Amino acid sequence: MFGQRQKREKWFLLAPAMMLLALITLLPLVKTLWLSFTDARITALETTVQFIGIENYRYALTDTEFLDAIGRTLYFTFVSVGLEGFLGVGIALLLNQKFRGCFILRAVIILPWAVPTIVNAVAWRMIYHPEYGALNSMLFQLGFIDNYRSWIGDPATAMNMVILADVWKNFPLIVYVTLAALQTIPGDLLKAAAVEGAGAIKRFRSIVLPWIVGPLLVVMVLRTIEAFRVFDIVYVMTRGGPADSTKTASFYVYQEYFSYLRSGSGASYAVLVAGISAVLILAYYSGARRQNAGTRA
Amino acid sequence: MNRSIKYSIFLYATAVLVTLFTLLPLVWIFLMSISSPHDLTKAPLEWIPSEFDFSRYGRLVDLDNGSGERFLSALRNSLMTAGGATFIALLVAVPAAYAFSRRNASMALLFAFLATIMMPPITYILPLYDIFSQFGMLNSTTTLIIVYSAMLLPFATWLMKSNIDVLPVEVEHAAFMEGASTLFTLRRVVLPLARPAIAATAILSFLVAWDEFFYALIFTNDLTAKTLSVAIADFSAGRVTDYGVVAAVGVLATLPPAFLAICFQKFIVSGLVAGSVKG
Repeated sequence: MFGQRQKREKWFLLAPAMMLLALITLLPLVKTLWLSFTDARITALETTVQFIGIENYRYALTDTEFLDAIGRTLYFTFVSVGLEGFLGVGIALLLNQKFRGCFILRAVIILPWAVPTIVNAVAWRMIYHPEYGALNSMLFQLGFIDNYRSWIGDPATAMNMVILADVWKNFPLIVYVTLAALQTIPGDLLKAAAVEGAGAIKRFRSIVLPWIVGPLLVVMVLRTIEAFRVFDIVYVMTRGGPADSTKTASFYVYQEYFSYLRSGSGASYAVLVAGISAVLILAYYSGARRQNAGTRA
Repeated sequence: MNRSIKYSIFLYATAVLVTLFTLLPLVWIFLMSISSPHDLTKAPLEWIPSEFDFSRYGRLVDLDNGSGERFLSALRNSLMTAGGATFIALLVAVPAAYAFSRRNASMALLFAFLATIMMPPITYILPLYDIFSQFGMLNSTTTLIIVYSAMLLPFATWLMKSNIDVLPVEVEHAAFMEGASTLFTLRRVVLPLARPAIAATAILSFLVAWDEFFYALIFTNDLTAKTLSVAIADFSAGRVTDYGVVAAVGVLATLPPAFLAICFQKFIVSGLVAGSVKG
């Protein structure tokens, strides 16, 4: 229908977007890749930068502190996203019921999502405060604890406390995606199953879950990609401490760059982190593609 | 509708728990912002303030006051950065979206666009920092606007594309037959029809930019460019003498996104759901 002229025009329409992204993402990515094979440092002096091959990578892959940071990041990611999925589905199932006030609750659930990440981090840091925090006060007054605790000052609990703060902010996304999927289940299907004597749990497992599992998996992989780059909340709540117990991969690279000023070795860490992200991103696309093919069929 | 009493009790009890889980932290931060410093340093805490003290808010919007100046300049920078980046991202995203939707541009390219923002920012940060410092562009709102535009662009393009997809194509064909140029068609035919989509995309983009912290932390260092996210991290770092002030700043920074989220909930939720489920 459209002529040849219009077909060529697509590149003019795309040009500004491609230029902007090339400049701000592609170029820096290539530069980071190049840096990762050098011994570059951040310095005001003129220094010669040596190409040192895979030396940085060889070091990075045997650097237990870095590998620990990756491990911690994976723990943060999977526990956060897992809890968000669990809470999100549970709350979506609740909101899919009719009860007095359900519309208000559906509207209110968006609020944690609207709280800026940094405000969320600061707020929870105050809630966890060892002397004046609301969590200590509440648990003490309810009789759950006898003494105030230093929730994010103790390596044993710090990471889980950071996770709780992250879950509180991000569960609404899962709620809304699940709720949207739940609302497309034909009511007749559930009624028929009920008539044939399927109990609530049976109906959930054989009808509801298969129906929502596609979109749910896709949004959870998306959250996984996001959670894996976690930096902000850690920076504000714990600065990676105590005793490195919340030092995540992004935070590790940040320190390698801006505290130790080692741009070459920092870049190799960054590339490794990006590599893991790339695997997650590919998983997301193959999942999303299958999901879309499924809904179109 | 015949539900057993047990089921009803279970339903309402869970609803109450969910409401408390969602709202308690918010209510508490607000209460902190209007409690006296004395109430906030009791153990166990005084949950209901002995007196409502709104003076912190007054000080935060008072330019002649140290924390007021910090807060107001950060607010200005955040508004300009998020607003400017949203505008540029849309300006660039709409033609690109049109190319994907109506000119058969490869979907693989759109996926590549989206992949760029899914990567950890730590991958891009150092070369960007080098470039901007070479050009003397650190600590500037313009720099943040450029970086944020690139950050918002892929998602904006994707959202606009899926919205243009469902617009009727016939009018565009007619315009083409009349000899209208593509840019004319885009401005006069597509944009008016896509207005709700543009509004939804703009709101979501604005919220994402408002929330950004990492680039702002690295690229800014004083009142001329620091955004609210960075200012709040500053407010709460080091020795804090009055947590109520930190809470008040947090409440004020949350108001704009919370207001948008409640007022445009339908737009936002459908954008979020579409944006996170379809690839």
